[in-house]
Amino acid sequence: MSQSNRIAGGQIDRSQTFRFTFDGVPYQGHPGDTLASALLANGVRLMGRSFKYHRPRGPLSAGSEEPNALVHLRSGARQEPNTRATVAELFDGLTATSQNAWPSVKFDALAINDRFNSFFTAGFYYKTFMWPAAFWEKVYEPIIRRAAGLGSLTRQEDPDEYDKGFLHCDLLVIGAGPAGLSAALTAGRAGARVILADEDFRMGGRLNMETLTIGDAAGADWAAGVVAELASLPNVRLMPRTTIIGAFDHGIYGAVERVSDHLATPAAGKPRQTLWRIYSSRAILAAGAIERPIAFENNDRPGIMMAGSLRAYANRWGVAVGDRVAIFTNNEDGLRTATDLRAKGVDVIAVIDARTDGTLLPGIRHLKGAEVIDSSGRLALKTITIRKADGKTETVRATALGVTGGWNPNVNMTSHHRARPVWDEGLQSFIPGDGGPPGLIVAGAAAGHMSTHGALATGQAQAIAALELLGMKAKADTLPKAEDAPISITPKWYVTGGKGRSWIDPQNDVTVKDVKLAHKENFSSVEHLKRYTTLGMATDQGKTGNVIGLAVMAGLTGQTIPETGTTIYRPPYTPVAMGTLAGRSRGKDFKPFRLTPSHKWAEEQGAVFVEVGMWLRAQWFPRPGETHWRQSVDREVLATRKSVGICDVTTLGKIDIQGTDAGAFLDRVYANTFSTLAVGKCRYGLMLREDGMVFDDGTTARMGEAEYVMTTTTANAVTVFRHLEYCRQVLWPDMDVQLISTTEAWAQFSVAGPNARKLLEKIVDQDISDDAFPYMGAGEITIGGTRGRLFRISFSGELAYEIAVPTRYGDALIRRLMEAGQEFDAIVYGTEALGVMRVEKGHVAGNELNGQSTALNMGLGKMVSKKKDSIGMVLSQREGMVDPNGYRIVGVKPVDPKGQLTAGSHFLEIGAEPVMANDGGWLTSKSTRRIWAAISP
Amino acid sequence: MIINHPILGPRDSQEFVYLGDASLMTRPDGMTAGIEEFHDWLYNRDNPAGLHRELWYHEQGDRSWLVVTRNTVTHEITSVELARDVARKMGRSK
Amino acid sequence: MRPSVGQHCKQVLNRSKGGAGMRYSGFRVIAEALTGHKGWKPVWRDPAPQAEYDYIVVGGGGHGLATAYYLAKEFRQARIAVLEKGYLGGGSVGRNTTIIRSNYILDGNEPFYEFSLKLWEGLEQDFNYNAMVSQRGILNLIHTDAQRDAFVRRGNAMMLNGADATLLDREQIRAMYPWLNFDNARFPIKGGLAQKRGGTVRHDAVAWGYARGADLRGVDLIQNCEVTGMRIENGRIKGVETTRGYIGAKKVGVAVAGSSSRVMAHAGMRLPMESHVLQAFVSEGLKPLIDGVMTFGAGHFYVSQSDKGGLVFGGDIDGYNSYAQRGNLPVIEDVAEGGMALMPAIGRARLLRTWGGIMDMSMDGSPIIDRTHVEGLYFNGGWCYGGFKATPASGWCFAHLMAKDEPHKTATAYRFDRFLKGLMIDEKGQGAQPNLH
Repeated sequence: MSQSNRIAGGQIDRSQTFRFTFDGVPYQGHPGDTLASALLANGVRLMGRSFKYHRPRGPLSAGSEEPNALVHLRSGARQEPNTRATVAELFDGLTATSQNAWPSVKFDALAINDRFNSFFTAGFYYKTFMWPAAFWEKVYEPIIRRAAGLGSLTRQEDPDEYDKGFLHCDLLVIGAGPAGLSAALTAGRAGARVILADEDFRMGGRLNMETLTIGDAAGADWAAGVVAELASLPNVRLMPRTTIIGAFDHGIYGAVERVSDHLATPAAGKPRQTLWRIYSSRAILAAGAIERPIAFENNDRPGIMMAGSLRAYANRWGVAVGDRVAIFTNNEDGLRTATDLRAKGVDVIAVIDARTDGTLLPGIRHLKGAEVIDSSGRLALKTITIRKADGKTETVRATALGVTGGWNPNVNMTSHHRARPVWDEGLQSFIPGDGGPPGLIVAGAAAGHMSTHGALATGQAQAIAALELLGMKAKADTLPKAEDAPISITPKWYVTGGKGRSWIDPQNDVTVKDVKLAHKENFSSVEHLKRYTTLGMATDQGKTGNVIGLAVMAGLTGQTIPETGTTIYRPPYTPVAMGTLAGRSRGKDFKPFRLTPSHKWAEEQGAVFVEVGMWLRAQWFPRPGETHWRQSVDREVLATRKSVGICDVTTLGKIDIQGTDAGAFLDRVYANTFSTLAVGKCRYGLMLREDGMVFDDGTTARMGEAEYVMTTTTANAVTVFRHLEYCRQVLWPDMDVQLISTTEAWAQFSVAGPNARKLLEKIVDQDISDDAFPYMGAGEITIGGTRGRLFRISFSGELAYEIAVPTRYGDALIRRLMEAGQEFDAIVYGTEALGVMRVEKGHVAGNELNGQSTALNMGLGKMVSKKKDSIGMVLSQREGMVDPNGYRIVGVKPVDPKGQLTAGSHFLEIGAEPVMANDGGWLTSKSTRRIWAAISP
Repeated sequence: MIINHPILGPRDSQEFVYLGDASLMTRPDGMTAGIEEFHDWLYNRDNPAGLHRELWYHEQGDRSWLVVTRNTVTHEITSVELARDVARKMGRSK
Repeated sequence: MRPSVGQHCKQVLNRSKGGAGMRYSGFRVIAEALTGHKGWKPVWRDPAPQAEYDYIVVGGGGHGLATAYYLAKEFRQARIAVLEKGYLGGGSVGRNTTIIRSNYILDGNEPFYEFSLKLWEGLEQDFNYNAMVSQRGILNLIHTDAQRDAFVRRGNAMMLNGADATLLDREQIRAMYPWLNFDNARFPIKGGLAQKRGGTVRHDAVAWGYARGADLRGVDLIQNCEVTGMRIENGRIKGVETTRGYIGAKKVGVAVAGSSSRVMAHAGMRLPMESHVLQAFVSEGLKPLIDGVMTFGAGHFYVSQSDKGGLVFGGDIDGYNSYAQRGNLPVIEDVAEGGMALMPAIGRARLLRTWGGIMDMSMDGSPIIDRTHVEGLYFNGGWCYGGFKATPASGWCFAHLMAKDEPHKTATAYRFDRFLKGLMIDEKGQGAQPNLH
């Protein structure tokens, strides 16, 4: 199919042709096109439907501020909803479909909403759907929810990968238009480490879209020359296709680089997008300005767009949006569009100029003091109606209308620290206010310097200023000559007089009428206006139209626009894919795996693993013929009770504590006493939080006069260590005590059961007889010459030890233990069997140590020594915590062991009404034969 | 945020764990102070909108506890000290 | 007692000098549509402050407006003003993720939140405003056995308190949301605890509905009126200094979550709480994907989908004291990681907006509704990031306390002195560290 609206010129590569489809229809375009420019070149103006009224829509803009031309890009699992056609880079084979329309974008059933628009005013839903009461959820809301949303997700997993990265620079320049290029060049030539980022795939900003010259060169060529010089500087990093999404604290900026979005699929090993965290000493915002419309009746038809965008499509992409073009303007920039289009041979039928002053454009029908008051054309613009200075109206045939109400400096990022923009009367726009992100300064049109010369000059000056603050000197090279036209604008926000609807926020279908209704109902503050009408809450966040809503409200309240105020922008600058923000932390890579030293061996045994925090632990070890986990667990428990079982307990936290004050330190951090513990012995310790609740428990062994080894629970290994460092550094800074976490340095196994000693005697080099190594003994040992540690402790109720070797020998040790244990029918057991045995022995664990329990609740009240100061001792004595009627953890044996009990069950007297007043406590943990329960006395 | 560690230089705050108001450093002595004094120390806070001295722990770093002076309205950090030094200056010892 | 919601549909409109007394209905919307929407009246007046009131409620957010509404409507009090430093509904009521539920475990909490949920269920008819209370259910996913044990205990406690709870297994959840990550998860979904009566409410409409209802009953809603001091004589409140002058009052109730410490400092109080920033997020509008509310149990992520189609989601607080109403990248990334871990199909959905709200993070994660040491001065705060769902009960109980000088029976545990007495209400068991709750 021919590109009927393609005209000469532009920065597209006509030597290559890309094929693509929209709603299944094949079209052709060229490298350098966006999806929007290519569709417009093919005469396609209808690209989507609006949110509420399902009005037919085409592109309003040529940039990321686009509210209308949102499509599904790609298909299958790669389908991307709400993609702005105006920034989607064309590639060969691209497929796109329209969204929020059924059965098709041309014949959309829900366009019936438009017929009933007088009912669907702002906030109408707050006033109705209340009767009958049950109907909201059963009838009304389901209908509303089915119609909600714009694009859709396919519910398939996103097949692409995303990366994250970190960059550092002296100066981050945001935007590569004339101001940004000037700033980057100035700083780059001075040797500063510069990052220049621009959301476009071609740097140059508006210079690519204008016919302006800089020096002797066309603007676009000058930009290309500067980009080439910057690319040659090793201290400059150019980041096209990169959007700075937010200004965060201390010079940190988030950036999204679209690495592969211009390709059909990412190259092997390449991510689709990368989220960069940029650490900048200084930053210059050179994000330009965004054109705003003038609202008039039916100003939302395909073919009506921003005048500057109409010009951009012609100049950059060689596209004439229509064959009969009119311009509606209140400022000088509208004339630039008329002039450029005419130079391209486009038929400019009229310039409707709201201003009454100034000169007339020669050779064009230039109507001063006139307004566009209406338009027609169901799926695309057919006519516009003009009200001339004399009040007479005239309807003329037009296929495109460029509208400009002036340009808004793109202050978005200056508000990211909640600074409010301030009003500039001369520009009739908001410009950056004080209190922006520290280190961020603004140059060019973003700061209100609207001419090309202004952009070049302020870009250079701000770069010099930024570098000076870093102690670097940059040179002010002579600037090339560029236009420096003054601003000529007559405020014109919306056309009055009609009865129809004039759109302000086209995506959300917010019209001037809605603002008037909000005012009538006293939703007059800007925040109420926004929330009541949804103005500015669409995917474009009101980048084009917000200020018009404010102006309408100002007119109604009799206040000025600055008195009316403005809402502020928040990150992200443009919407960011969730996949990009998540990076590689998804699927199995969501969090790292921590594996125990016996993991590989356990895998060989066919163990079933379970997530315990970040750890993966063997839960049980099924044997052939076992079809239910209970069989495996019962076997493991019984075999351990009968002979000997082995379990990897490496995940318990291990902390070496050394120093002459180590014992005194432990007395402070444990509720019970450790300074009296004999060398070579261990003791169970109870640790409280400062609020007197139980924090953690575990055994701590005294390995030497000034050396202890603490164990913590798996869950609290990190927090206990952090807490001990706090006590050591902050509370008692002069105590002679040193800590190191050795959780990952030692592989540790529990060897439990009546034959535990016999098994260990086979492999431990020393005498570990009951006399030599009594209950609660601890000490250094060797295993075939390899150093290790042995603790005679039991949480499972049997004769038991824990044996530790340096982690690298952990795999060898489990193999050795199992081999040596063959004669005893030694088995390995997992966390389930461990849990069963500890419940039967009567040890509390995670389900009981839930941070809500006191030592008294646990039946461990006597362990809290009051003879010494320890963390939590004082506040554990509060009246509510020593209440004799508080719950107690007790062991319970079920009368009927066959009955099924579930942990978490509550106890009620038989026949009692199930209400909280009759609650007798709950079951905290259960094993096969006993349960642990919290019982209210 | 970036915390300028007194030993290691500027580090992303993501390497640190936050505890809270540095007033937590003035823990009373449990052998002399009672419940009321401990209660006021542990539970009540000035919670200022402005300069706030607070405790951060360099967990993914050198394990230093730091006292950071930071503005809770602007997030600007004006000083970073080793908590142990601060504690000693406050007269804390063993 | 069951709350007597719905019994007051015969509203006493124009009982005092309140607003226009317009009743909203579908018929009214149709009638106005046919006559050019000329008849709509201001939803509330903008009165000038009077010299004195019987009751001043400081804070025109959800809780303050609800308090004033119930003071007037349920407790038949008059001469009431709400003082708001900014605009009505500008606090956390307009900056949250709109979830309602009553799935608490502890005795001090669950009856209160269940009372709140019952008030939600009759709210729209009660104040004649469609706040879109939508009980599409909340689902807490379970990823470990210990989590299941804790959720079973919780579910049972909920049912003993008259709330609903259902334990679901993995396959039941797969049937609801087959596209969640069931097959390649780091922390596989093992089940879930559902509360079918949980859901969402259109947050702004809650503030507006209460404001309109209060205004109709003669409450003066005074915006742009910041309290800058308190006049206290002989241990008794006399009134408040404001940016719009001194205003006398017999009783003053403060409900300014996020600014609690600042305002109560005017009465010389240090509170058991810190201010923290919580970020929340919304995606671009999407066709229906998620019906109810869902929480990920192996990361910090919760999500629902609004009636407009945006995924509304959140996660952890940033974790440091802040009054800045904005957060930083690490938490944004952390929340997205949780989202992608649970829902790999949202990779190409785009995050549209982030915002930050200031939370009163209390020392045990639970709120305070209590008298103070100053006679006639009452406090309501410490809601952490769970205040929205509490709005109706918080307003009702605070109004009860102010009108009757005794706590409502579902709010007896929310006292200041619970920390002194060791009676903390610590749902997460984290102790006296606000950023962990």
